[in-house]
Amino acid sequence: MSEGKNYINQEAGLMSWLTSRDHKRIGLLYFYSIGFFFFIGGVLAMLIRTELFRSGNLFDPALYNRFMTYHGVIMVFFVIVPGIPAILGNIIMPLHLGARDVAFPTVNLMSWYCYVGGAILAFWSIFLGGADTGWTFYTPYSINFSGANITAALAAFVAGFSSILTGVNFVATVHKLRCPGMTMKRITLFTWSLYATAILQVLATPVVGITVLLLVMENIFGIGIFDPEMGGDPVLFQHFFWFYSHPAVYIMILPAMGIISELITTFSRKTIFGYTAIAYSSLAIAGVSFLVWGHHMFTSSQSEVAAVVFSVITMLVGVPTAIKTFNWVATLYKGSIQMQSPMLYALGFMFIFTIGGVTGIFLSTIATDIHFHDTYFVVAHFHYVMVGGTLMAIMGGAYYWFPKITGRMFSEPWARMSWVFIFVGFNVTFFPQFVLGAMGMPRRYADYLPAFESLNQISSLGSYMIGTGFLIALYTFVQGAYRGEEAGMNPWGSKTLEWTIPSPPPHENFEEIPTVTAGPYEYR
Amino acid sequence: MSTGKLDKKNGEFAHHFNDAEHEYVSSKEGVWIFLTSEILMFGALFVGYFIYSNLYPEVFEVGSQSTDWRLGFTNTIVLLASSLTMALGIYYCQKNDKKKAVMNLAATVVCGAIFMIVKYFEYSHKIHEGWLPGQWFHGDTQGIENLPLYFSFYFMMTGLHGIHVLAGMGLVTWVAIRANRGEFGPHYYTPVEGVGLFWHLIDLIWIFLFPLLYLV
Repeated sequence: MSEGKNYINQEAGLMSWLTSRDHKRIGLLYFYSIGFFFFIGGVLAMLIRTELFRSGNLFDPALYNRFMTYHGVIMVFFVIVPGIPAILGNIIMPLHLGARDVAFPTVNLMSWYCYVGGAILAFWSIFLGGADTGWTFYTPYSINFSGANITAALAAFVAGFSSILTGVNFVATVHKLRCPGMTMKRITLFTWSLYATAILQVLATPVVGITVLLLVMENIFGIGIFDPEMGGDPVLFQHFFWFYSHPAVYIMILPAMGIISELITTFSRKTIFGYTAIAYSSLAIAGVSFLVWGHHMFTSSQSEVAAVVFSVITMLVGVPTAIKTFNWVATLYKGSIQMQSPMLYALGFMFIFTIGGVTGIFLSTIATDIHFHDTYFVVAHFHYVMVGGTLMAIMGGAYYWFPKITGRMFSEPWARMSWVFIFVGFNVTFFPQFVLGAMGMPRRYADYLPAFESLNQISSLGSYMIGTGFLIALYTFVQGAYRGEEAGMNPWGSKTLEWTIPSPPPHENFEEIPTVTAGPYEYR
Repeated sequence: MSTGKLDKKNGEFAHHFNDAEHEYVSSKEGVWIFLTSEILMFGALFVGYFIYSNLYPEVFEVGSQSTDWRLGFTNTIVLLASSLTMALGIYYCQKNDKKKAVMNLAATVVCGAIFMIVKYFEYSHKIHEGWLPGQWFHGDTQGIENLPLYFSFYFMMTGLHGIHVLAGMGLVTWVAIRANRGEFGPHYYTPVEGVGLFWHLIDLIWIFLFPLLYLV
């Protein structure tokens, strides 16, 4: 291998990127496309908050419904679900395993094109008038009005293929491409979490695929499976939908937990506490996640027995989640903690995610859920988990692996500033929504009673803070990528395999496939 | 950086595997994992079928009388035969017998085509009688409420299965052409085996569809 060649400058030209089967390049393709969608979804979020700044209507309520729907569809199907696995997982996981690539590089590239196909459909649906069902596409509304709803649902269907292909690829990679000595007990916790995620992607995504297909058939042919007039049942749609979409929540959060495990151990300079417990708790969360979908439907027609069972099983999710959190805290204990920006994001994650998790228990308790259902309490809860959890982790991970991916360091003060804005802004935005929800403010509407105004204004101001934080982060990335100092092989002093090779890594990753003789976190 | 096509028949393998055997087992596992997701996709339709056949037993009882079990049985035999020829196709690829391999793969495609032709006649009969899904139904309901639901399931399940048969025929044709070019041999037959697994799954799904839709 010639000196100075790496995966970025190996080949030049747009086509070399669009046809690349190098997992690192595909990860970057995903980074740009997901980043683009994240920008749009973020702008929509701020438009939503602008409408809600005052009681009364600034935008046409029908337009507001479209903002809300596309914010949800884009952020869920095009940002958070693919986010960590497709970007950081793609780039880092083969390095963590000591492999030269993922098991099926061509399939990996295909998955990106599925993502792009879904993206094109999503845009097309905007020109058909725009979907306005919310991201859940509930029947009967979605099948009775506007073809745009169905096109947006189809976009999710096509993007789902990208998710399935990534899942297939990752499971096979973890099973088959571990380097010599890399037993399952020696793979990193990030890889464990991606592995659990990939299993979910393979098992859950096809169900939403067929559900969306039925929705399309319902719209075109009126097959009646979800239509009560013909003997069908709209609640069946909800069952099918949440059978995927609840595990999807863990598709979003499990890889985030994996990143946090890496960050906590690296910046505490201490071996992770309870490796086995953390690894298996990922699998436990994945397993339990298939049995809890009914908690989205406490107020629809399911039997009381079913509701109680779903409620109890949902609370069980708290156990493996708490196992992870306690192990992270135990890792911090007596560690030599370094407050670098990735670590700030990791600690921010623990703070925010704990609030999100605990309020989840409120919502899994039937008696309280009947009160909180469809209020801003729910909105605040899932943003605390999905944004405060997954986005904090993705930012922490992005800063952590930035030197490896680009070969340069970002500016630490700017990175810390982005954290301050995002962390504070996030809590300012969403904490008031817990209060609003408890006061009874219903979600989704474009307008609200004047009594809710002051808290809504705080919340809206917070959303602009978050926006500022991400702009600062963008500046940090661009500035670092072009002007940053050379990072060197291992700027953080980490112990995992990706830090034993040059930054940015060469096309082949490892000049010689390493042989591993110990666990991944041999600090002290 | 790999340049040009790998000569996999003579033991070359993609750069990220240890050897050709490693690539073979990995690829095969990938196909199996993908098939799992196929099963889950059909699974949702089966769940829907069971829910509604419990809710409206008479709909499914009367509905299934619209099907001709003899045609369904013929198709079952045809698909089972095609699974045999598919397996033989793989076997002869392994034995490096190009001619027999291609013949068997072609026979598999022909069986798929026969299956689709029989399906075509079944579909056109139903369309002729107005036995269509949901709101398009205009046949005789025989006084049974919600009878069209049976046809919604019939067309969804057999339709999705039919699309898989067509896709499978395309894939088998693709490996047959490659086999004809002599690309496979005792050390490299991964694509044939992968397509074979897919084809067997299609067969297996039909084994479940046949009794549920024709015999119940």
